[in-house]
Amino acid sequence: MTITKTLTTAIRALRRNVTRSLLTILGIVIGIAAVIAMMEIGKGSSGSIAKTIASMGANNLLVMPGTAASGGVSFGAGTTLTMTAEDADVIIKDCSAVAAAAPIVRARTQVIYQDKNWVPTFIYGTVPEYLDVRQWNNLADGEMFTDTEVRNGSRVCLIGQTIVKQLFGGRNPLGEELRIQSVSFKVIGVLSPKGANTFGMDQDDIILAPWTTIKYRVSSGSGSSTNSATSAASGGGSSSSTSVYPGAESVYTVPTAAQLQKMPSHVRFANVDQILVSAKSGPETKVAIAQITALLRDRHHIREGEPEDFSIRDMTESASALASTTTMMTNLLLAVALISLIVGGVGIMNIMLVSVTERTREIGLRMAVGARSRDVLLQFLIEATLLCLIGGFLGLGVGRGAAIGVEKILKWPIEMSIEAIIASIVVSGLVGIVFGFYPAWKASQLDPIEALRYE
Amino acid sequence: MTDTLIQLNDIRRTFIMGELVVPVLRGITLTIPRGDLVALTGSSGSGKTTLMNTLGCLDRPTSGEYWLDGVEVSKLSNDKRAMIRNRKIGFVFQNFNLLPRTTALEQVMMPLAYTASGMTDKKAKDRAVEVLTKVGLEHRLDHMPSQLSGGQQQRVAIARALVNHPPVLFADEPTGNLDSATTTEILAMFQDLNKVEKITIILVTHDPMVAGHARRNIRLRDGMVESDVQVDETAMQLAAGGAA
Repeated sequence: MTITKTLTTAIRALRRNVTRSLLTILGIVIGIAAVIAMMEIGKGSSGSIAKTIASMGANNLLVMPGTAASGGVSFGAGTTLTMTAEDADVIIKDCSAVAAAAPIVRARTQVIYQDKNWVPTFIYGTVPEYLDVRQWNNLADGEMFTDTEVRNGSRVCLIGQTIVKQLFGGRNPLGEELRIQSVSFKVIGVLSPKGANTFGMDQDDIILAPWTTIKYRVSSGSGSSTNSATSAASGGGSSSSTSVYPGAESVYTVPTAAQLQKMPSHVRFANVDQILVSAKSGPETKVAIAQITALLRDRHHIREGEPEDFSIRDMTESASALASTTTMMTNLLLAVALISLIVGGVGIMNIMLVSVTERTREIGLRMAVGARSRDVLLQFLIEATLLCLIGGFLGLGVGRGAAIGVEKILKWPIEMSIEAIIASIVVSGLVGIVFGFYPAWKASQLDPIEALRYE
Repeated sequence: MTDTLIQLNDIRRTFIMGELVVPVLRGITLTIPRGDLVALTGSSGSGKTTLMNTLGCLDRPTSGEYWLDGVEVSKLSNDKRAMIRNRKIGFVFQNFNLLPRTTALEQVMMPLAYTASGMTDKKAKDRAVEVLTKVGLEHRLDHMPSQLSGGQQQRVAIARALVNHPPVLFADEPTGNLDSATTTEILAMFQDLNKVEKITIILVTHDPMVAGHARRNIRLRDGMVESDVQVDETAMQLAAGGAA
C-alpha cells in the first residue's frame, strides 16, 4: 500500500469520527499552544530583560591600550599610545559582531559654573556613537553633539543629572556655558538619569564632549590625564631609563625617525584612552573580542607571537548574569513544554488504543482482504501522526492568538519565535510517532481470525 | 473435466490450550476443481470454521499440504498469505463486516488499495462501479451501510469480495443474518456468479436449504470429512425453485 493511499485511508478514518478526533488532539493543541504562547511571551520579556541588562553595559567591551614598560618599570594598564579614534571607526566597519564603538579620551579636572565648582567622576571626550554604545539615546533634554562638532573640536558638551544638580542647582542648564579648566563649553544636552553602575559609581556624574576638544584643548594643557603624563615615558624608551633624575631637563625624549616610522599614529598624539564597544548581543561578545583582536593586531602591525599592545575587557559578570537569566528562562519553558507534550501524547496513545480496540473488526477485515501487518501498522501510525500534526497546527494558531491577545490586552512585549514554531510542529509529529507506535503495533499484531470474530 | 483449484492433502490443525491439546482437523484430503459450487456443512464443533480459515489462508495448518491455484500456501509467511488473500480469495461474512460510515463505493475500493501492483484511483473506481453494477447496486454508490438494507449490505460485501477478480469466493454463513426472501436472492446471486463468471464458491453453512443450492455437499464431523456428495443439477434446480 502506498503512502498516499495510506494517507487517504487515515484521513477517511479520522473524518469518520470528527468529534473524537478533535477531542483527542485537544491535549496536543493545548500543549503546543502553551509552548508557543509562553515562548513568544518569554522571548519578549527576556528580550526586554536583555535590553535592560545590556543598558547596564553587559555587552560592552572595553578596548584599552596595552602596558608600556620602560627598563623594567611598568606604567600600568592603558599606557601605550597606539590606540586611535580611527581604530574605533574600523572596528565598526569590519567587525560583524559589533553594534557600535566609541573612542574615549578621559580627563579628570575641575568644572566651574559661575560661583560653583565640581570635579565630575567622568569627563569623557568621545563621539556621538557613545550614546548608542551605552544605550543612552533618550536624552532628558537637548541633543547630542554631531560628527562635525567632533571634527571641529567644538566646545559643546552634554551633562549628566548629577552635574545639573551640583552646578546648576536644578535649573535648566541648556545653553549655559561652563568651564573645564579655562576652556568654556556650551551645554547642548542633558543626559537621562542612569544611576549607579554595578560598582556603585555614579554614572550621572558625567560630562560628554567631542573627544577632539577634550584631547587638544583640555587634556593637552592640563597634564592631569594619566595618559598625557606617561605618554612621553613610553615614547622615550630605554634612553629615558638611563636618566635617574629626569626633572632637570626635558623628560620628553624626541622619538627617533625609526620610531616615528614604525608607529606613525604617534606623530599627532591622536591616541585615545580607550574604545568602548558594544557587541550586537550578549552571546556575541566572544565573537566580537576575537574579531577586534584580529583587526587591531593587523592594524597595529603586531607580528605573530608578539604580545598585543592593547587589551580587551568584557563585563563578564553582567554578561553571565544575562546569559544565565536567558538560559534559565528557556529551560523552564522547555520543561513546561515537554511535560505538556507528554501529557498530550499520553492522551493520543490512550485514544488510539481505544480506537484500535473499537476497530478490531475493521482491522480483521482489512487483513482478510490483503492488508499486511505493516500496512495496518502504517495506517494507525499515520493516523496518530496526522492527528498530532493537526493538533500542532491548531495549537500554533491558538498559541499565536493567545500571545497576540496578551500583547494587546496586557501590553506585554512578545516576540515571534520561528524556532519555537518549527520545533513545535516537529515535536508534535514526533509525539504522534512515539505515542502512536504502541497502539499501531498492537493493531498490526492482531490475528485476523480473532479480530474478525471480535464483538 | 476442469483443472484443480484447491488440493488439500492430509490437513491437520491442532490447538494447544495450556496443557490441553485439541485436534480440530484430523487429516482432511480434498480436491475442489475450478468452477465448483461447494457447500461445507457440519454441526458446530465439527471443524468447518477452522477448515474455512485454513482454506481462506487466514490460518496455517499444523501439518499437511494446501495447494491453491498451483501454489503451496500452507508454509507461506504472513505477508505472502496476505497477498494471496488479496489476489486469489474473496470473503463474504455472516455479519457483512462493512466499515461503518463508509460509502459502498469506498468499501468496494478498499481491497484494491492493498494490491501490490497498484492501481490508479480512477481505474479502481471504475472497477468498483463495475462490480457494484453487477450486484445491482449502481444507484447506491454513495450510501453508507446504515442507509442500506441487510440484503443490500451483503451485496456490497459480495462486490467487495469480487473486486480483485479472485478465482475463489468463501462465504461463511452468508445468509445467517438475512430473512428468507433476501436469502434466496443472495443464493441466486452466488449461483449466477458461479455459472456466468465461473467463480469457484465455497459456502459454509449449517442450513440444509442453503446447502441445497450447491452442486456438491461436503459434510464434516469431528474434524474429518464424513460425506462428500455431488448434487445433481435437477435436484439443485428443484431446491432453487422450491425456495423461490
